[in-house]
Amino acid sequence: MKFEKIVKGGLAALMAMSMAACSGSSSSAASTSAPADGTAASAAPAADAGTAPAAKGAFKLGGSGPLSGGAAVYGNAVKNAAELAVAEINAKGGIQFELNMQDDEHDAEKAVNAYNALKDWGMQVSLATVTSAPGAAVAPLYAEDQTFAITPSGSSLAVIYADSTNQSGAYGNVFQMCFTDPNQGVASADYLSTHKDLGSKVAIIYKNDDNYSTGIYEKFTAEAQAKGLEVVYSGTFAGEDNDFNVQLAKAQEAGADILFLPIYYQPASTILKQASEMGYKPTVFGVDGMDGILSMEGFDTKLAEGVYLLTPFSADATDDLTKNFVNNYKAKYGDVPNQFAADAYDAVYAIAQGLEAAGATADMSNADICKALVGQFTSMTFNGLTGADVTWNANGEVSKAPKAVVIQNGVYVGVEG
Amino acid sequence: MENMKNFFRTLFDNNHRSRTVSYLIVIIGYAVIELMLRTGNLSSMFQSLLVPVTCYIVAALGLNLNVGVSGELNLGQAGFMSLGAFTGVCLSGVLAPVISNGIIRLILAIVLGALVASLFGFLIGIPVLKLQGDYLAIVTLAFGEIIKSLVNNLFIGFDQNGMQFSFVENKLNLAPGGKALISGPMGATGTQRISTFTIGIILVLIALTIIYNIIYSRSGRAIQACRDNRIAAESVGIHVANTKMLAFVISAALAGAAGALYGLNYSTLVPAKFDFNLSILVLVYVVLGGLGNMTGTIFSTIILVLLPELLRGLRDYRMLIYAVVLIVMMILSNNEKVKELLAKARQSLPFGRTKEVEE
Amino acid sequence: MAFLSYLINGLSLGSVYAIIALGYTMVYGIAKMLNFAHGDIMMVGAYVAFFALNTYGLPVIVSVLLSMLACTVLGVVVERLAYKPLRNASSLSVLITAIGVSYFLQNGAQLLWSSSTKVFPSVVPSGSVQLFGGQLSISYLTIVTILICILVMVCLTLFINRTRTGKAMRACSEDKGAAVLMGINVNQIISITFAIGSGIAAIAAVLLCSTYPSLSPTLGSMPGIKAFTAAVFGGIGSIPGAFLGGLLLGVIEILSKAYISTQLSDAIVFAVLIIVLLIRPTGLLGKKISEKV
Repeated sequence: MKFEKIVKGGLAALMAMSMAACSGSSSSAASTSAPADGTAASAAPAADAGTAPAAKGAFKLGGSGPLSGGAAVYGNAVKNAAELAVAEINAKGGIQFELNMQDDEHDAEKAVNAYNALKDWGMQVSLATVTSAPGAAVAPLYAEDQTFAITPSGSSLAVIYADSTNQSGAYGNVFQMCFTDPNQGVASADYLSTHKDLGSKVAIIYKNDDNYSTGIYEKFTAEAQAKGLEVVYSGTFAGEDNDFNVQLAKAQEAGADILFLPIYYQPASTILKQASEMGYKPTVFGVDGMDGILSMEGFDTKLAEGVYLLTPFSADATDDLTKNFVNNYKAKYGDVPNQFAADAYDAVYAIAQGLEAAGATADMSNADICKALVGQFTSMTFNGLTGADVTWNANGEVSKAPKAVVIQNGVYVGVEG
Repeated sequence: MENMKNFFRTLFDNNHRSRTVSYLIVIIGYAVIELMLRTGNLSSMFQSLLVPVTCYIVAALGLNLNVGVSGELNLGQAGFMSLGAFTGVCLSGVLAPVISNGIIRLILAIVLGALVASLFGFLIGIPVLKLQGDYLAIVTLAFGEIIKSLVNNLFIGFDQNGMQFSFVENKLNLAPGGKALISGPMGATGTQRISTFTIGIILVLIALTIIYNIIYSRSGRAIQACRDNRIAAESVGIHVANTKMLAFVISAALAGAAGALYGLNYSTLVPAKFDFNLSILVLVYVVLGGLGNMTGTIFSTIILVLLPELLRGLRDYRMLIYAVVLIVMMILSNNEKVKELLAKARQSLPFGRTKEVEE
Repeated sequence: MAFLSYLINGLSLGSVYAIIALGYTMVYGIAKMLNFAHGDIMMVGAYVAFFALNTYGLPVIVSVLLSMLACTVLGVVVERLAYKPLRNASSLSVLITAIGVSYFLQNGAQLLWSSSTKVFPSVVPSGSVQLFGGQLSISYLTIVTILICILVMVCLTLFINRTRTGKAMRACSEDKGAAVLMGINVNQIISITFAIGSGIAAIAAVLLCSTYPSLSPTLGSMPGIKAFTAAVFGGIGSIPGAFLGGLLLGVIEILSKAYISTQLSDAIVFAVLIIVLLIRPTGLLGKKISEKV
């Protein structure tokens, strides 16, 4: 067969390439040493040499996320913010990082491949994965190899528990930076039940193939019942669906005056637009995934007027930490950072804080670093973009409080909880 | 002595050369990789690719029987993989407390996965094989999407009282200690990873044996006769529907087996994984390896699974380059001048001339 | 009344499917290939229109024309570089190449325009027509979408039936060999087909993005598959078939979402397709292929 020759030749070449890649220093061009502003330059040559003593300075920080494909927007936000945090931390002196974010295309198989590529590279600490399903696939690998991992945004329970149905068998060394799903459902139901002036008949549209969305939805409906809120309609969508006319029409028919959207801001922007085309004007209530809607390129912010959301982070906050982060991020990547970016930024800083407090050095084994970091994470308090006095329990769940805001004249305005 | 000689001669005669070459390549490849594994020369990344590569090879071999030998364009192979994968994951989950040996559970899962997929293959084959050409292709695509959609809405749980099922809405009410095996669009989580490379290779060898036995049998010749000229085949008394059905069902069974092996290699599995893109991906392996050419399928699968991983160094440009490579490979392989060059090169090699099933 | 409103929504969605399906069906009719990159060409058109409207603030008509021009050029370039070398290759090789082109366009778009979702601006003033004393409201956008679809359909039919080039296209789709003998430049006709199909895709892009304003590099893939399904539904290669198939598909999708299940709507759409093909094996308006011995 004609192809055999090409194929055989190609295979030989590929094999040769891969042998070269796995023998000796695996300094295949894959690593991005932090693109720091000069000061962190010391980290780069250390990584290139690949030998043990030279790598002493910098911790090899790995992670994977969808950098291509339909979910690429989330992966790239995390990658950019992590790069930014690493550059800042490296510039300070102290703890040094070398960052390597791999593409997992939001796919479990690719995430496992990315994990192993990172392992070959010599990863010591990790940001795990950006999304939940790949996170659930690599979490047991992190546990087996005793490498510390904190996911910025993989919010599913399956990322931190081997048995997520019963919430048992926590991996113990996989932590979450993002707000856990059930928390948000409870907080949203609480807020709505104490603010009956917003309305009492709730319609929900959620994304049923998304752990994040389904998790909040389930908790919210359970809590809503207990708190006297009436859920008159719940509709679903999946994948990259972008037709919500039917769901909105049903919500309107059911007479819902509150539209609860436990989803991310991209589909939410479409829902707002379609609702406005239909002339349906309920009070829209969102969660932290809604953050980012105001900074979407081309979005008419008038559509989001009066939208309530509970979020631990808002890009419009006026504290110095947030302002610096947003300005630097904008300057470097041209976009306004979203929730994912903020969580990633915090995750890198939390790791740095943990490493510093534990006095860990980059020549320690992964298991020792892991032990030191687990000790720190379960005892320390962290102040970051996404919350003050953030703590973690031994299972890896984060505890932080969301703030309620309402969008007025295109900006967030804090409202009383 | 004479017998031995004859035996070897039959191994490499025109009828059996490609079969022998396929087996040899798989066995030698396995030996080399095992050696590298034992001596610690294989990077983690390559180790993680071993099982998925065997899964894709088995699914692609099955599809090649369907597309290359039988001549029916099937765009729904991922659907059969999905059925096999989730059947296998459920079976392994249910049997976990009873049978602690992972290998036995894996084998049972693969067998059941293949059976379920072949049952669906038979049922789907009845309407599908009445159609022809691109219409047949779109119906297989439709069935693939329907399977994805149905699995997406399926909830299966397991506790001490037995299995529980629910559809569209999650109504599982599991006793404490129970386990959700499939949770709709979130799929299976917390699966025990029991797939091994050795079982994968054995599955590849079994797939090759089944396929070659079909190709070189009476029904195999009938299948190819139907592909080349349906009317002529019918006129000499070949029952076209039966022979095509055989190829279709076996293709589905192999996809199911591959799916089960795949599903049990990861701790989590979502139904959306088995979408139209995966069907197309497996089809790409088949077309690039050569229709009807099993050895070619094995090589093209290995290369195309490795390629995106080896291109990781290109970072942002990775998938772009992958796309370019795909287009260039297709254009070159159909270029007359390249074809001539290859033909010349082949004649100068002793074992280069493998018998082709097609072309 | 709710039923009527769902029906109109379905017609509007179906109009968009129909316009995309026209591109599939024309290319199939003449080049006998499934151009799986068609949805991605539409995606490029959507981005071009977005930048023209949003970044450069050009008027809607100019933006649409610009987007059509870009798509036309892209369609012809893709055909020349990727498909023309495969004119005599098996249809499967061409199919795989088309998929390669689709990957290329998606990843190229991501590199050029980043993966962050952009929101397509409104090109049709928002508002609606109230009928039956306000019981039924139809947005201007829906009306415009359906009208444009009919307009495109009529123009294309006139072009195919009344012009010399249209006649040559029909000849090529009947019998390429005979067309060559009649002095028709088949390569040129195939290029023109790609140009028209891609140009129409730009119109579909603007309509699609006005209704579903999220702009991302993968926006073309799902509508692409749906439109392909619509083309087969109506009988691939048949232009009225693509129109009918698109409209029916849109209506079935919306009605099954409304009355059966939002989760199962895709399964229902495909199940209807299978049933139709079993009753009419070459689609609703497809030609019967008679086999010669």
